Amino acid sequence: MATETIIRPKKHLSWEDFKELWQYRELLYFFTWRDIKVRYKQTIIGVGWAVFQPFMTMVVFSIFFGHFAKMPSEGVPYPIFVFVGLLLWQFFSASLNGASASLTNNTGIVTKVYFPRLILPVSSTLTNFVDFAISFIVLIGIMAYYQFLPNLMGFWILPLLLVITFMIAVGIGMFLASINVKYRDVRYALPYFIQMLLFVTPVIYPPSIAGKYSWILALNPMTGVIKAARSSILGTTPINWTLLGISTAFGILALVIGVVVFKKTERYFADIV
Amino acid sequence: MPNAVEIKNVSKRYNINHQQGGYIALRDVLANIFKHPMRFAKKKVGGAFKPKEEFWALKDINLSVKKGEAIGIIGPNGAGKSTLLKILSQITPPTTGQIKMMGKVASMLEVGTGFHPELTGRENVFLNGAILGMSRIEIGQKFDSIVKFAGVEKFIDTPVKHYSSGMQVRLAFAVAAHLEPDILIIDEVLAVGDAQFQKKSLSKMEEVTRNQQRTILFVSHNMDAVQKLCTRTIVLHEGKILLEGPTDKIISQYLEQKMDHVAERIWEPDKAPGDDVVRMRAMRALDQTGQISKQFDVRDPVNIEVEYEVFQPAHRLMLQLYFFNELSHVIFISNNNLDAPWQDGEHPVGRFRSVCQIPGDFLNESIISVAYRMINPDLAQMIHATEPEALKFQIDDRLDPEGVRGNFKLPWRLDGVRPRIPWKIDQLS
Repeated sequence: MATETIIRPKKHLSWEDFKELWQYRELLYFFTWRDIKVRYKQTIIGVGWAVFQPFMTMVVFSIFFGHFAKMPSEGVPYPIFVFVGLLLWQFFSASLNGASASLTNNTGIVTKVYFPRLILPVSSTLTNFVDFAISFIVLIGIMAYYQFLPNLMGFWILPLLLVITFMIAVGIGMFLASINVKYRDVRYALPYFIQMLLFVTPVIYPPSIAGKYSWILALNPMTGVIKAARSSILGTTPINWTLLGISTAFGILALVIGVVVFKKTERYFADIV
Repeated sequence: MPNAVEIKNVSKRYNINHQQGGYIALRDVLANIFKHPMRFAKKKVGGAFKPKEEFWALKDINLSVKKGEAIGIIGPNGAGKSTLLKILSQITPPTTGQIKMMGKVASMLEVGTGFHPELTGRENVFLNGAILGMSRIEIGQKFDSIVKFAGVEKFIDTPVKHYSSGMQVRLAFAVAAHLEPDILIIDEVLAVGDAQFQKKSLSKMEEVTRNQQRTILFVSHNMDAVQKLCTRTIVLHEGKILLEGPTDKIISQYLEQKMDHVAERIWEPDKAPGDDVVRMRAMRALDQTGQISKQFDVRDPVNIEVEYEVFQPAHRLMLQLYFFNELSHVIFISNNNLDAPWQDGEHPVGRFRSVCQIPGDFLNESIISVAYRMINPDLAQMIHATEPEALKFQIDDRLDPEGVRGNFKLPWRLDGVRPRIPWKIDQLS
C-alpha cells in the first residue's frame, strides 16, 4: 500500500531496479505479445514468412556455397549443416537488430509514460523465440527429407545456446540502443556490420577451412555457439567446451556492460530521443 | 492530512543545441575530433568554465500537495508545466532537487499512448492499460465498463486503424479514466473528442477527483475544467511558481494580469512543431497596420499570420485555425484552403505565410485563444503539427456607438461572435 517514490537527479543502478523490472513483468509480456501479434499483420502469407526466410536463405546458400563452391560440411548434407548455423545466426541478428532499434521504435511511449526502459530491448528479443521455434520445425523437416538421423541427445544443448546467444544479442543491443538514441548512425551501420559478421562467423563454412588461422574465428562469440550446436546436434565433432566457455563469458560481459550503460543513460532518453 | 507529494527545490536545465536537424551524427562528432583535435580538447576543457547555452525550464519549485487534494497547474505556454509533469511522471529526471510521492502514481500525459493501429480495440485496451500500469486482472475486471464508457461495443474486435479518430480517442480516454492510483497526474486530456464526449469526460474526471483518497495534479488551459476539478491552483511563469492559492482567486488574478496573452510565436528550427514534411516557423496576431498586438477593439480587424516551412513537395496540407473564447468554447474554425490558387493544398518546398483576415465587427469582447492544426485534408488522423493554445489576445469593447452595439450599453459578453447583421424594421400600423 504505502509505496513511496523518490525522484532525484541521479540514480544509481541498484537492486531496486531489478525488483521494479519484476513488478513490470506483465508489461514485458504485453510488449512481447504485441510484437508477435503485429509482426506478420497485413501480409498475405503471414507466419509463412518465418518459414520462407530461413528456408530460402538455406536454399540459396546450398546452391552457391554447397553445390558450386563445394564448401566442406563435416560429412553432413550441406543444407542441414548450413541450416543449423542459420537457426542460431538469424536469432542472433534479428535480436541484435530489434534490441538496438527498440528505443527509437517506441519513441511515442518512451516520451509519455514511465516504465523500466529495459523492458523494450528485452521484449523485442523475446519476440524472436517464436521465429526460432518455427525455424526449428523447418530444420526437423529438412532432416526428415534427407533421412538424416540427428544426435537426439544433442538437442538438450539448444536452450543453453539460446541463453548464451540471448545474452550476447541483448547485451550488445542495449549498448547500441543507448547510443542509437543520440546518434542515429547505428541504424545505418548495424545492418552492414551484421552482414559482414555473417562471413566471419562459421555459418556457411566449417571453422576448419580457416586452417591455422581458425583461432581468429574464436574471437567471435557466435563461433562457439554455432560450433557447439553442430557438434551436439549433428554429432560431427566433440563439443569444444573452451570455445563455448569463451562465448558464455563474452555473453555475461556483454550483458553486464549493456545493462550498466543502458541504465546510466536511460533517464535522459526522453530528452534526446 | 499527510502530504502525498512533496516537491523540494526542483529545477530542470536543458542545454540548448543549436545544431540543425533533429539529431547529431556520430560521424560529425568524430570528424570534428580528428580535424581539429586541439580545438576539441580546448572545448572539452574550456567547456567546464565557459557558461554553456542553457535554459532553465524550471527553477526552484517547491510545492506540497496534501493527500486527497486536487491541485491545478496553469500558466502560459513555455512556463514549464509540461516539464514539471514529465519530472513527476519520471519520464525525465530533475537537474536538482527531490520529489517524494506517497502511493501508487499514474499519469495521463497523452491519451492513447502505445495504441497500435493493427491491434483490435480489445487488444489495445489491454496493452494500453498495461502501459499505464494496470494489471491484467484489473483490466479484465474493468473491461466492460471501459468499453461501455467509450461507446465502441460493436467495434471492440475491429483493428483500431478502422476506427474514426473520435472513437480512438474515446477508447483511449476510457482506459485512462479507469486508472485507480493514489496520485493521478493529468495533462490537458480533456480537450479530446466532440463536445458531448468532452462533457462526459469532464464529469468522469469530477467523479474521479471526488474520491477523497486520491491526489490529483492537473495541468490545463481550460480554466473551466480547472475550476470544476481543483480546489487549489498554482500559476507557473518562466519556470517559477508565481501565484498559489484557492482556485477561484488565482484564476481571476491570472486572467486579470493577462500574463498568458501571447501575440507572437517564433519557433527555433530545431524546436519547431512539425515533422519531415512541414514545420511551423512563426505565428502572430496583427492589427490593421501590421503591428503585433495583444489587444484589439471589437471594431477592428484582426489578422492571424502563420509562417511555416515545407520540406517535401506533393503533400496535401491544410492549415486550420480554431478560435476559442475565454470559456474554452470553439467560436469558429477557419481553413486556409479558401485562397483559390492553393485550394488543393499542394505546396512546393519553401517557406510560406498564410494570413487569416478576420474582419472588424465580428469577434465579440472576450479573450480569444487560437489553436492551429496543420493537417492532410484527406486523412483526419494525419496531423503534422498542432498546439492547443498558440496565441491568446484580448478583444475589448469601448462602447463605440458606431459599432455593432449601437447605443446599447449593457454587457455583451456571452456569445463568441458579434457580427454586423443588417436589420430592417417596418412600422405596420
